[in-house]
Amino acid sequence: MGKLRPMEGNEAIAEAMRQINPDVVAAYPITPSTEAVQIFARFVADGQVDTNYVAVESEHSAMSACIAASLAGGRVMNVTASQGLALMWEMLYIAASLRSTVVLSVANRALSGNINIHCDHSDAMGARDAGWLQLYGENVQEAYDNAIQAVVIAEREDVRLPVMNCYDGFLVSHSYELLEVEEDEAVREFVGPYKPVRPLLDVQNPYTIGPLDLYDFYHEHKRSQWEAYRPAKQAVIEVGKAFGERFGRSYGLLEPYFLDDAELVIVALGSTAGIVKDIVEQRREGGERVGLLKIRSFRPFPAEEIADALGSARALAVMDRAAGFGSGFGTLYPEVAAALYAGGKQVPVVDYIYGLGGRMVLPEEIHQVYNELAPVAASGHPEQLTRWLGVRE
Amino acid sequence: MNDDSYQCEKCQKAEVYPPDAGWRELAPGGVIPQAGNAVLYETGGWRTYRPVRHDDKCIDCLFCWIYCPDMSVYVNDESVKTLGFDLDHCKGCGICSAVCPTGAIEMKLETDLRAEEASAAEGAGE
Ligand code: SF4
Ligand code: SF4
Repeated sequence: MGKLRPMEGNEAIAEAMRQINPDVVAAYPITPSTEAVQIFARFVADGQVDTNYVAVESEHSAMSACIAASLAGGRVMNVTASQGLALMWEMLYIAASLRSTVVLSVANRALSGNINIHCDHSDAMGARDAGWLQLYGENVQEAYDNAIQAVVIAEREDVRLPVMNCYDGFLVSHSYELLEVEEDEAVREFVGPYKPVRPLLDVQNPYTIGPLDLYDFYHEHKRSQWEAYRPAKQAVIEVGKAFGERFGRSYGLLEPYFLDDAELVIVALGSTAGIVKDIVEQRREGGERVGLLKIRSFRPFPAEEIADALGSARALAVMDRAAGFGSGFGTLYPEVAAALYAGGKQVPVVDYIYGLGGRMVLPEEIHQVYNELAPVAASGHPEQLTRWLGVRE
Repeated sequence: MNDDSYQCEKCQKAEVYPPDAGWRELAPGGVIPQAGNAVLYETGGWRTYRPVRHDDKCIDCLFCWIYCPDMSVYVNDESVKTLGFDLDHCKGCGICSAVCPTGAIEMKLETDLRAEEASAAEGAGE
């Protein structure tokens, strides 16, 4: 049995890392993820883990070291946010292309400019096509649980892809919550020892990694990488289920909330889902058929599952905490709309860009979204496809 | 998908994939399952200048062998003496020539040498 303990998000991430006891952590701390690295560094200094902690001079170097350590055959973890993730950008693609199994927790924070330290999803969304898996947690418990599951998903032999464990900066990273922290032994047993398929440190069986790859093979290599996201989806489902069987908290690609008969549905990522759940309950008491679809796995993107889950919906609102500048939409909207279109679902969908740079999302605003969805469901046509929520006009 | 080795059915060579290998045959991560196959990729064609050694000046110090970035200086393992250049891979960078303490290595234009070689071959044919 786990123990209930009060912790903030960063502390819970560090705790999960201590229990997992990775071989290498190469980190360059950045707000709002700093404490996770700071607390973990203390575990290293106090000899509570066997981790080789590499203090590097930038996030670019951090990710470079992580990739190398992972390919060498180590279990590797790291934490970052915002500009740090942005500085890792070119290495992120390499981490996925070379099929490293790095687990990177990201305390989601707005990208500059202007400089801002608070939550939005522009950092991770900027890396959405890098080939990493991305899980979004709603609260401290989920950030902790996802950190543990991410290791198992990343290292599965049929997956072998790096995973980002996204949790909202400040809203989760710095919020104290009572969470169930599992026993060290139970966590270690759940993640098991890492069995790398082809460690570079196996000098008896050398091979060539990251060679020049031109028009004669690159195309086929990308096609081969493309295929990995199918077993990855299966891994997210199976590991989430196994985690539930072991610890009593099950996870999947999506979390439907009062969705079976819901007509007005909000689609959201991260901590906002918690607020929406509250409003759904309130409005359900008034007899309204409202629901929430929380997307936990943004990569792999569960397109078919989203179309299936929204069977009864008559109008949808996608909550976007990152603006897709120039696209006319946020970053989540086009993917949800494409999933519905591909699934043959004709439902009007409105995009709400909200909460940028840590702008607080208020319960009234979620009410406003449901209020605005009702006429959209009635007419079948939104007046405006993209709206900005909580912005001063 | 095979991580450990690749045995090409067509050519029976383990070192490289055949040029028409489909994506399903390739090991994950775009790796080449074997090491040491750079030898199959000939870079000698990139050369503008070719190193030419004047044997009378060479003192077998092995500086050229140590400094050559392409491992293109042949050395006899027994006598530990330089033998010449691997012209299939030497890119003509001239580092060997620059580090040679006795000035034994002259960098000559590849086009001139080829013209000389061609006319020599013609002469021999007559
Ligand atoms: S010219 Fe450059 S590549 Fe060629 S043998 Fe000399 S050092 Fe090596
Ligand atoms: S560096 Fe010059 S002298 Fe020394 S081994 Fe090479 S050619 Fe000979």
